[in-house]
Amino acid sequence: MHVVRKTSYEQDMQLFAHRGVAFWYGVLVLAALLAPLALNTYYLSLLTFVCVYAVAGVGLMLLTGYAGQVSLGHAAFLAAGAYTEAILQAHGIPFVLSLPAAAAVAAALGLAVGIPALRLTGIYLAVATLAFAFIVEEILTRWESVTRGNFGIAVEPLAIGPLSFDAEWKFYYLAFGVLAATLLAARNLLRTKTGRALVALRDSAIAAQSFGVHLAWYKTVAFGLSAGLTGLAGALYAHKIAFISPEQFTVMVSVELLVIVVVGGLGSLHGAVFGAAFIVVLPQAIVLAKSAFGISGGGQAAVDSGVFGLLLLLFMLYEAQGLYGRWIKVRYYLELFPFYRRATFRRQKTYARTERLQ
Amino acid sequence: MRAFVEFSQQVLSGAALGCIYALIALGFVLIYKATEVVNFAQGELMMLGAFLGYTFISLFGLPFWLGLPLAVVCMAGIGGLLDRIVVRPIVGQPVFAIVMVTLGMGFVARSGASLVPAWGVDTHVFSTPFTGKVTSIGPLVASHDQLAIMATTAALVAVLFLFFRYTRIGIAMQAASQNQLAAYYVGIPVKAICSLIWGLSAAVAAVAGILLAPIVFVHANMGFIGLKAFPAAVLGGFGSIPGAIAGGLVIGVVESLAGFYLPEGFKDVAAYVVLLLVLAIRPQGLFGEGLRKKV
Repeated sequence: MHVVRKTSYEQDMQLFAHRGVAFWYGVLVLAALLAPLALNTYYLSLLTFVCVYAVAGVGLMLLTGYAGQVSLGHAAFLAAGAYTEAILQAHGIPFVLSLPAAAAVAAALGLAVGIPALRLTGIYLAVATLAFAFIVEEILTRWESVTRGNFGIAVEPLAIGPLSFDAEWKFYYLAFGVLAATLLAARNLLRTKTGRALVALRDSAIAAQSFGVHLAWYKTVAFGLSAGLTGLAGALYAHKIAFISPEQFTVMVSVELLVIVVVGGLGSLHGAVFGAAFIVVLPQAIVLAKSAFGISGGGQAAVDSGVFGLLLLLFMLYEAQGLYGRWIKVRYYLELFPFYRRATFRRQKTYARTERLQ
Repeated sequence: MRAFVEFSQQVLSGAALGCIYALIALGFVLIYKATEVVNFAQGELMMLGAFLGYTFISLFGLPFWLGLPLAVVCMAGIGGLLDRIVVRPIVGQPVFAIVMVTLGMGFVARSGASLVPAWGVDTHVFSTPFTGKVTSIGPLVASHDQLAIMATTAALVAVLFLFFRYTRIGIAMQAASQNQLAAYYVGIPVKAICSLIWGLSAAVAAVAGILLAPIVFVHANMGFIGLKAFPAAVLGGFGSIPGAIAGGLVIGVVESLAGFYLPEGFKDVAAYVVLLLVLAIRPQGLFGEGLRKKV
């Protein structure tokens, strides 16, 4: 186990705790960059989806995992980003402008939700955002002059000037680049005053307030940032799918995004990526497993979603801290071998302490 | 006069639908109050109840008044088992983990129901003694289905009120919902109480499902109506039983009126718009306890 002895304040501000960490992240980035050589189009496409969902996951993670505000309406921000990108592209706006515009529109929408949501907490906030997402979905369906309603919009392949992202590997690099930039930005944000204020807001709003954290301001910031990042993911999503319609942004998508952050592990950026991998890979794995065992027949989709639900259920029963929690445990096991003790991570069982009094 | 009759007619049918929302919302609220768990599978419990009713009444040919209690008792058992097997092992873990577990339960229930051979992915219909009969109250026409829904909801609420007020178990449930640790100290079997609450909530859901069946058909995806019951519970103030009823009625009536008077498309979102407006003015819902933590 590597114990860092800090001798200067600069060490506290480094992006990576020590060289070992930086080395392994370098290896990871290298592996991701070499992935198109090793993987066929199908697996590369899955990897691209993981990147896109992970960007949205980071967005929701900032809001739910760090600032502690639940949202069941993030599909609306995803939709805002996707539709902005599709419409601007149809009007011939270049990608370098339309991508920030997509994020900006989503962020503006996020601010619009964040301000009325200031007084709401917990389940009230969750259901208010759910209501907001339903309203946005209905607007997308009905505002046919702009969104073409249920006909949907076909999205052209992406091109920046002469550089066309028509091949799968090119788009993969773009998605990976956006994810890497997002993670870096989020990591840096969380080390600033804003990041610490968000965490304080999550852990105890009252304590944060008495330390001078402006609750309303930071809640609004959290909503805006989170929605902006989700909108960014939406723009990428529109290009990846190449066709968008209101049915792709239903409440189930909001739930999926919530699954990403919770299964990944609340309160960690790793978790957003792990969770995205979970939600993208698991349904495909179920399909592959079924064909491997030669199971087929009626009610295919029903079986898949049932198995998905069952795995989600069992996983949360087995590891309530999410994939990141499990990852930490595995890492400690290896680092401390043979001195790892299960009790290190045993949580004391608590009786339900009411959260209605917040 | 005619406009008024139309209006009253819409209010009546909205109130009937609202009672269904109210019953599902009641299920949410019961579980939330006792265990702080937001049960995302409440709509699916209702769906299972409706399917059990369909099985007993239509497939087995039992009389309605035997099939209904049978389905309700079965669902109560299922609810208790769910708590014992699925929810209890993770009590004390982060709330989000438990929410994900109930979400998983919903997926499994939907998929499970569509895999049962006699249930499948088709829509089913079964008739109750109320089906197809109407009563005229002056110029208003009310189907017996609607009247049955309203009467049952009223009766159920009255029974629950008396139960929570006057029986030992009911009072124990209230104590457990206020402070589990304190309830343990005074000798209340909190774990058993939680299982009972889940059973009770599933039983209420089963009643809602069977009452709803003649109106919207029995289908594996009928549980999605829970998404309307959520706003109902929140509108009234999550954790308040009168609030759940009032919220359900408001949502039902608003939806019905919006469907009649406003252009197409407003019906589905009217409930959510009203919810947002109410929360903007009263963030804790209509009947919510506006308590703040004291430090």
